[in-house]
Amino acid sequence: MIKMEKVSKWFGQHQVLNDIDLSLNKGEVVVICGPSGSGKSTLIRTINRLESIQGGRIEVDGEDVYAGHMNVNSLRQKIGFVFQQFNLFPHMTVLDNVMFGLVNIQKRSKKESMERARSLLDRVGLLEKINAYPGALSGGQQQRVAIARALAQQPPVMLFDEPTSALDPEMVGEVLQVMKELAKEGMTMVCVTHEMGFAREVADRVVFMDAGQIQEIADPETFFTSPQHPRAQRFLSDVHIR
Amino acid sequence: MLEIVREYWPMLLVGQYPNGPLGGLALTLIVAVLGLAFSLPLSLLIALARVSPVKWLSFVTAQFVRVIRGIPLLMLIFWAYFVVPKLIGSSVSGFTTLVCALVVYQAAYLAEVIRAGIEAIPSGQIEASRSMGSSYMLTMRKVILPQALLNVLPSMTNQFVSTIKETSLGYVISVNELTFSANQVNNLVLTQPLQVFGVLAVVYFIVCFSLSRSLRWLDMRIRRSRAMA
Repeated sequence: MIKMEKVSKWFGQHQVLNDIDLSLNKGEVVVICGPSGSGKSTLIRTINRLESIQGGRIEVDGEDVYAGHMNVNSLRQKIGFVFQQFNLFPHMTVLDNVMFGLVNIQKRSKKESMERARSLLDRVGLLEKINAYPGALSGGQQQRVAIARALAQQPPVMLFDEPTSALDPEMVGEVLQVMKELAKEGMTMVCVTHEMGFAREVADRVVFMDAGQIQEIADPETFFTSPQHPRAQRFLSDVHIR
Repeated sequence: MLEIVREYWPMLLVGQYPNGPLGGLALTLIVAVLGLAFSLPLSLLIALARVSPVKWLSFVTAQFVRVIRGIPLLMLIFWAYFVVPKLIGSSVSGFTTLVCALVVYQAAYLAEVIRAGIEAIPSGQIEASRSMGSSYMLTMRKVILPQALLNVLPSMTNQFVSTIKETSLGYVISVNELTFSANQVNNLVLTQPLQVFGVLAVVYFIVCFSLSRSLRWLDMRIRRSRAMA
């Protein structure tokens, strides 16, 4: 479903991604972890071209993401993206946020869009908030709306960029719950997260990054019980102490 | 002051109308409304051009804004009054000249206000919209502008109020707006310039104050309804 080959990216002189090779099959859940500044967010942002790359190749659903003829807007409709800061549109109600892509991008009818948005909001447990504005919601609720919004256009792939890092601790659970359900329904997901419990429970593979490189890829059991790379060992012991 | 108002209110309100051309406060308001009605959409286009990724478009509009900002409005009005008829080969009324000069002048200033509003929208908003597959223009229209325009409403109010006051410069090219009428009244009364121009000041104040209050009320109402205040 996603295939990255020798992906490299520089910010000026600084190489932030170094020969990244990673591929995901349909229905697979991959968690990317690593210290801050290791290139995790940059990596998933290259998958839907929020960041450009200078070397290598990325394929999503069999299509070359960086091909010259690629229509970036139709590509992005196939990739749901959830941000650390939620980024809901504050001037729209919850319902309008979720309907945004269906009505404005996919040009579906109001009625069909509304039905779909309502069922998604029901799924994330926020049906009673459809007419609220984002400013009136808690962080956890906003992130759940953001997930519903990202799911609205039925993308086959979902990317999560530290979805719980901006949340108060007691709201992390409700967001992870939604993500776990999504994973169990067979969604193809790439999650950048520090939630090791989540990684352990739903990830098929854990990717450990440091200094722009993938240092280790393993199934969660192996990764958490016997990490190979010394940097990963230190990272895990730091995370666990916390 | 009250006697002046009592005796001359028709002249201050509508000029010589219906026995002569419309003037006074009515004309001032007409000029101001036309000025705003044309400068607002124009300024929006200039602002969009200024933030546009199309280099020459943003360069040309940036120069336009710089030039207009660098010259006094009074000069622009004179210039339009004397030059435009020569350019188009037929005479242009003072009224049209004034409206045109105001539109050009206000559009430049409003464009800067709107541009600042656009650039202040957090990049996350743009990324959220683009990551769903929205085009640049859809993102601008549905996500950025609705937020940006609300955010800069207080600054736009400033410009609107300025426009109303700047209509008084029509006096110098004999547009018989409010200031012109007040001066006519002053010539008739002859002995009370302080009071006549006091009345003039009060009228301008009432108009400008009501506008800024209403816009403030609108701003607050929208913010409350969106749980932003």
